[in-house]
Amino acid sequence: MADQQHPDESAEHSGASRRDFLKQSSIMAAFAITPPAAVTAVEKGLHETIATRFEQMPLRVTINGAAQQLNIEPRVTLLDLLREQLNLTGTKKGCDHGQCGACTVHVDGTRVNACLTLAMTTEGCKVTTIEGLADGDQLHPMQEAFIKHDGFQCGYCTPGQIMSAVACIREGHADSPDEIREYMSGNICRCGAYSNIVDAIMDVKQGGQKV
Amino acid sequence: MNPFQFTRVTTPKAAISAVTKESGTYFLAGGTNLIDLMKREVIIPERLVDINKLPLATIEKTSTGLRIGAMAKNSAVAEHELVKKNFPLLSQALNAGASAQLRNMATVGGNMMQRTRCSYFYDNSMPCNKRSPVQAGPEKGQPNGPNGCGAIGGYNRMHAIFGTSEKCIAVHPSDMCIALVALDATVNVSGPKGDRTIPFVDFHRLPGDMPQKDNTLQPGELIMSIDLPMNNFAKNSHYLKVRDRASYAFALVSVGAGVDMKGKTMQNVRLAMGGVAHKPWRLTEAEQFLKGKPATEDNFKQAAALAMKGAKGHGENDFKLTLAPNSIVEALKIATKTA
Repeated sequence: MADQQHPDESAEHSGASRRDFLKQSSIMAAFAITPPAAVTAVEKGLHETIATRFEQMPLRVTINGAAQQLNIEPRVTLLDLLREQLNLTGTKKGCDHGQCGACTVHVDGTRVNACLTLAMTTEGCKVTTIEGLADGDQLHPMQEAFIKHDGFQCGYCTPGQIMSAVACIREGHADSPDEIREYMSGNICRCGAYSNIVDAIMDVKQGGQKV
Repeated sequence: MNPFQFTRVTTPKAAISAVTKESGTYFLAGGTNLIDLMKREVIIPERLVDINKLPLATIEKTSTGLRIGAMAKNSAVAEHELVKKNFPLLSQALNAGASAQLRNMATVGGNMMQRTRCSYFYDNSMPCNKRSPVQAGPEKGQPNGPNGCGAIGGYNRMHAIFGTSEKCIAVHPSDMCIALVALDATVNVSGPKGDRTIPFVDFHRLPGDMPQKDNTLQPGELIMSIDLPMNNFAKNSHYLKVRDRASYAFALVSVGAGVDMKGKTMQNVRLAMGGVAHKPWRLTEAEQFLKGKPATEDNFKQAAALAMKGAKGHGENDFKLTLAPNSIVEALKIATKTA
């Protein structure tokens, strides 16, 4: 196989020796590269194929400018990685099914739903969350505009709205209120702050500040 | 989400080999549909093969038209200058689908592979022949619910009026695919037995006795690219999408129309409908009728009547029997600028 970079691929080629490997490693108190979850699972008598699914895999990703070396289960979404493991709780979990936009973050400069992004697929990427938008104590112009125009009530959708709004301008889709409404339709606000959100985005766009 | 094993590949060959090796292995592209289905336990993969690093995202001119890589993002295709200029119908259809975030994630190949949004398919407690082609039991370890079709005689407002079977009345949800079938696209795939090309109109299938099969791909086959032949529809085309809200909703009915106009005469017409069948629904009889005729509302209405032959409502979706022909007429009016 051409792709040899993946630890999982080399592991699966070892075939029958794998169970022994896991057992031996567990005796060695799971030092080094052996994933503790898998070892524990095998010790508890779980079948090996089940156990390997709990394996953690290495992930290198840059989040808000900081390079991260992580070990995660493949099923962890980017949203859960941010919130549960990195304590970056600014990114919100709304529907968790890509319907509300509360989890919007930027991956390599484009806005995506973090809830439908497996963290493993961000290997080598640069992720920006709401926490990475401000420059120290200096708020981003879009954050200022949301405060100025009262672009929220409860605030739960706001981080997603702001990340989406910044991308909307960068993409060149904020030339009119109609266009903003269309290109912001992936961010739901149940308080109904939509008109103020559109005003905030128009203000930043017309102000010509760098976003 | 259930745990699974994860393999990242960098070549199509490795991807095909990895997905062929063991059952329950799925390609992972943008993930906007698959991850959702996994969270709901509608699909429970043993292994995902991450194909996001495959070099299949280029959009390039060919001697006959345009080739779009299967991993090109929906937003990248919609915004591409060559697509906007030569295939505005495709650009419009893509921008009518999902949200800006999802279009940034979703790929062309993944869009084609997306599953129906039938609410019975998504609910493991409800009967569905597409999700559970045979009655699954705990002894089989398949917690994916009872078989049957809940939509027949149930909530079927979003469902099909063409090409249904006793097993399934679900619709294919894609907007992009309506444009691609209208534009005579072809699909280049690669698999364990080699490469082949599938006409877009034959890529998706009707449910028949096997609603679990959405398309005609063989096991292990990977979509590599889409070819679009050049055409004369760019000046007179329109994608009309009728839905419950102005944006970010699936189509009740959609119509993709492309017309090659000479004066007031329609030299050539392409018509396809979404939200009405298990596959992108090409209206060849209506196209033939309109060919060589002047662009008049009366001709559009006659074409729409031809297109509706064989349509059948299932109760809650009976309104589509009126909405669909009206939408065909409206799309043709806008495309031919006779509105």
